[in-house]
Amino acid sequence: MTVLQLIFYAFSAVAIFSGLMVVGSSNPVRGALFLVLSFFCMAGLWILLQAEFLALILVLVYVGAVMTLFLFVVMMLSVNRVSVQEGFVRYLPVCALIVLMIVGLMIMVVGPERFGLTQIPMPAAFPADYSNMVSLGEVLYTDYVFPFEVAAVILLTAIIAAISLTHRQSKKHKSQNISKQIAVKAGDRLRIVKMPSEPKINPTGGQ
Amino acid sequence: MDQIFLVGVIVAKILVIVVGLLLSVAYLTFLERKVIGYIQCRIGPNRVGPMGLAQPFADVIKLILKEIIVPTKSNKFLFIVAPIISLATALAGWAVIPFGKAAVLANINAGVLYALSISSLGVYGVLIAGWASNSKYAMFGALRAAAQSISYEIAMGFALVGVMMAAGSLNFQTIIHAQSGGIWHWYFLPLFPLFMVYWISGIAETNRAPFDVAEGETEIVAGFHVEYSGTTFALFFLAEYANMILISALISILFMGGWLSPFEGIPGLESLFAWVPGVVWLLLKIAFFIFCYLWVRATFPRYRYDQIMRLGWKILIPVTLVWIVVIALAIHCNIGPWFA
Repeated sequence: MTVLQLIFYAFSAVAIFSGLMVVGSSNPVRGALFLVLSFFCMAGLWILLQAEFLALILVLVYVGAVMTLFLFVVMMLSVNRVSVQEGFVRYLPVCALIVLMIVGLMIMVVGPERFGLTQIPMPAAFPADYSNMVSLGEVLYTDYVFPFEVAAVILLTAIIAAISLTHRQSKKHKSQNISKQIAVKAGDRLRIVKMPSEPKINPTGGQ
Repeated sequence: MDQIFLVGVIVAKILVIVVGLLLSVAYLTFLERKVIGYIQCRIGPNRVGPMGLAQPFADVIKLILKEIIVPTKSNKFLFIVAPIISLATALAGWAVIPFGKAAVLANINAGVLYALSISSLGVYGVLIAGWASNSKYAMFGALRAAAQSISYEIAMGFALVGVMMAAGSLNFQTIIHAQSGGIWHWYFLPLFPLFMVYWISGIAETNRAPFDVAEGETEIVAGFHVEYSGTTFALFFLAEYANMILISALISILFMGGWLSPFEGIPGLESLFAWVPGVVWLLLKIAFFIFCYLWVRATFPRYRYDQIMRLGWKILIPVTLVWIVVIALAIHCNIGPWFA
C-alpha cells in the first residue's frame, strides 16, 4: 500500500463517517460542523485526483462561505432536540425504502460494471508545469462558453430576485442616510432664540 | 531512502518557518505595546530584561502556567478544538509564501487560491469557540466575526482577481516575477484601489482595530474568547498575530513585489544593494505593514457594526468591481509600463 493510498483511505473514511454523523447527530450545530468536515475531506480527495483548482474552490466557496452562513443560521435558531428525533420509528420504513432505491441507483450508475478500472483507468500523472486552471479555463470559455454564460445569467437573476424579495416591505424598514447625516449642520438641528432677559427679582423678597 | 530524506528536509523547512513565526509573534506583541505606548506618550513595557526585551517570554510562561477553565455547560470537545483550529489555519497559510527566489516550501500553481481558502477557514475557530463556550458574549462575538469575515472575503477575493488578471497567474513566484523591473512596476501603482481594498479587508479579516467588533471590549467583554484562559487563550492570541503577519506578507507579495529589491532599475543604487538577499526586502516590507497595523490601531476608533457592513458591501465591493473592468481594458489595450 503506497502513501497515496493511505491518504486516500484516511480521507474517505473520515468523509463517510462525517457524512453519517451529519444525519445521525442530534445537535444541528454538530451536524453542520460534520458537514464542514466531510466537505474538507472531499477537497482532500480531489487534490489526490490532481484537481487542485476544484478542491480549493470547494474549500473557499462551500467551507469558507456557504457553511459559515449555514452555521450562522443554525446557531441562531434554537432547534428543539426532542422534535428532531420525533417520528424516527414512524418514518423509518419509508426512509429505508428511499435510501435503498438511491443506493441501488448509485450502484447501477457508478458501480464496478460501468465505472471500474477497465472502463475508466486511473488518470496519468500530469507534468509539474501542468495547470489545472488553464485547461479548465480553455474548455470553459471556448467549447462551453454558451452554457457557462447562461448559468451565470440565471444565477444573477436569482441574486436579484432574492435581494428584491428581502427588500419587498421597505415601507416599514428604517435605515440611515449616511451622506445626509454627515452633511448635517448645527443650524439644521439647533435653533438659537434671542429673547429679552427677565426683569431682576429682588432676592430678599422685598419689604 | 530518498523519500525519507525528502520528508526530513520538508519537516526541517516547516520547523524553520514555524519557529521563526512564533518568535516573530512573541516580539510582535512586544512591538505592539511599545509602538502604541510611544504613540500615547508612554514608554511601554521596560521592566523585564534589558529594555523590557524579555517581556514576551514572561507573558508566555505566565499563560502556560495558568489553569485552563472549561465552563460546566460547554461542549468540552469543541471548546478545546476551537483554538487548535484557529492556530492550525493561521500556520497552514505559510506553506505557500515565497521568501526568496528559491526559498518556498510549496510552490504550487494555485498558491493565491490556497492562501485565500485557508484564510477563509480561520473563522471556524472563532465560530466554534463562541458556540462551544455556551456564553452570550462569546456567542455575539462569534456571530459578529462570521458576518464580518463573509462580507470582507468577497472584497478581498475581488482584489485578488485584479492581481491574478494583471499577472496572468495564481502562482506567487510568477506574480512576483511579473512585478520585476523597478519599484514603478509593482502592482500597488496600477492596482492602487485594489491595494487599498485588500489592506482594509485584510485588517477586517484579522479582526483587528478598527474592525475588532468580534472582541469589542467595551461592548461584549472579550467577544468569542471570553471564556478562555491559560494556554487555550494563548493559542487564539498566537493565531491572531500569525494572521496579521500572514496578511502583511501576502500584501507585500501581491502588491509590493515580494522579495524584489526596491532599487531595481535605478542606476547606481541597484548595483550598490545587489548583495542584499531577497528575504531581507520581503521582511522589511512585512515589517512596514505590521507597523501600519499598530499605527491604525492606535489612531482610529472602533467602527460601529452597521458602518462595517456598509463599508464592506457598499464601498469596497463596488470599487473592486469597477477597477477589475479598468484593468481588463488596460490589459486589452496594453497600457504600459505594467501591461505592455
